[in-house]
Amino acid sequence: MNLRSGNLNVVLKRELASYFATPVAYVFIVIFLVMAGAFTFYLGGFYEREIADLQPFFQFHPWLYLFLVPAIGMRLWAEERKSGTIELLLTLPVTAGEAVIGKFLAAWAFVGLALLLTFPIWITVNVLGQPDNGVILSGYIGSWLMAGGFLAISACLSAVTRNQVVAFIIAVVVCFGFLLSGLPMVLDLFRGWLPQAAVDAIANLSFLSHFNSISRGVVDLRDLVYFGLVIGFWLLANRIVIEIKKAQ
Amino acid sequence: MIEANKLTRRYGDFTAVDRLSFTVEPGTVLGFLGPNGAGKSTTMKMLTGFLPPSAGTASVHGHDIIGDSLAARRLIGYLPEGAPLYGELAVQRFLDFVAGTRGFRGAEAACRVEQAIERLQLEEVRNQTIETLSKGFKRRVGLAQAILSDPPVLILDEPTDGLDPNQKQQVRRLIREMSEGKIIIISTHILEEVDALCTRAMIIARGRLLADDTPASLLARSRYARAVSLACDDLPSAASALSELDEAGEVEIRRGLVTAFPSGQGDLFQAVSKLADERGWRVSRLQLEAGRLDDVFRRITRVDSTEKAA
Repeated sequence: MNLRSGNLNVVLKRELASYFATPVAYVFIVIFLVMAGAFTFYLGGFYEREIADLQPFFQFHPWLYLFLVPAIGMRLWAEERKSGTIELLLTLPVTAGEAVIGKFLAAWAFVGLALLLTFPIWITVNVLGQPDNGVILSGYIGSWLMAGGFLAISACLSAVTRNQVVAFIIAVVVCFGFLLSGLPMVLDLFRGWLPQAAVDAIANLSFLSHFNSISRGVVDLRDLVYFGLVIGFWLLANRIVIEIKKAQ
Repeated sequence: MIEANKLTRRYGDFTAVDRLSFTVEPGTVLGFLGPNGAGKSTTMKMLTGFLPPSAGTASVHGHDIIGDSLAARRLIGYLPEGAPLYGELAVQRFLDFVAGTRGFRGAEAACRVEQAIERLQLEEVRNQTIETLSKGFKRRVGLAQAILSDPPVLILDEPTDGLDPNQKQQVRRLIREMSEGKIIIISTHILEEVDALCTRAMIIARGRLLADDTPASLLARSRYARAVSLACDDLPSAASALSELDEAGEVEIRRGLVTAFPSGQGDLFQAVSKLADERGWRVSRLQLEAGRLDDVFRRITRVDSTEKAA
């Protein structure tokens, strides 16, 4: 794939400009911050635990992303198709690969920004105690990588349809599958009759198991590679879908 | 030069474009003329690399539209059907984006955007969000985007659709100004536009090329070409007298005018004016008809459908 960083940058900046030209960006950031806070303090028992870490904060991220990231991703291509701008974009001297990656990076950077804006909780925990900031940093990295995985899935599925609602629902379902495959109750279903290696493979497909290890401060190369592969796979699929369906 | 060789596009069983072959030289303003659904837009989508052809090939200045798509697209400014735009962006921001994709950076990009804004007279709306603009302004933003890089090939799908008469004039003037040394292809179903703008016209219906000629030669195919119309106080007797002239073929009375169509012998206009003089008709109007494109268009596209039925 022939990618020129200049074009990636141009596509990325246009996409970001669109977020901030509409209420999408502000609504997303506000909802994300409010919900992340509510989960941490009410469901996570941040104070009651009396442990100076951000585990209650990070542990709800998969569930937060499950709905919020497809909401960002659903418009990436469905809207271009609906408004016809896809014809404009893909007849400019920009390759489909550049468009796919540029758009993805814009959305990913945007989610990253929302994540960075949760910094008050990091300040809070540092004021209240002496947390291991290395673990917190690795939690943030893991969270952002997982968001990237959800986003790549949502972007690809958004290219399948011109209807954003359909794109959203399909993306939530597929993302849910990627989450669930790591839960013990799902794995128990397989444990009785599948060899341990196969059960491990299913567990390994899950965002949860990889995210949990990173968020506990165990930055394993395999987890990073896993998210990299998930993102790469879905972006490649995204490009193929665009090539096939762009004119329909 | 644009070369299309048996360009074909099928959607299932339906053939939208059927083995279309043509070449276009620089300096040509080519009009695609045809009824709605004739395959004009589909052809344009293939030339710009958006839609892969089902069969056949095309190249732009030697660059294949599929194999060397990026190089071909760099040479083309394209206004897609309906002028789709990123509605949430301001005009200038949108044009900045297009300049970026065209490879312009910094001062050069700013300069190109300024030129486009000036040429399409978008100064007053440059900071306005595109979706709040009137249809005419949106179309002009679409055109500004297409001409921004001053490309050697412009493909404009219904460039004057939705514009008021003044804006239509403006856009036509702009296209004429830019046409020197360029290839410009426009699609339209407005016949006068072909006459006013194009140096060559292709009539397309049901995906097939039915005529490919200059507007003047197309006009000459009209039965109205060199017909003579006259208005006077007694139309029926004038009509019967005219039909006896050797120079006249058919004669018809329509809307207060009697029209004699040339038989091909002699000068019909002179014969008619001489006759009117001799008979002492009180003539209020006497005119030599130019051909009518709508007449040619109807005849060409109708002949095609009767062929098809037969």
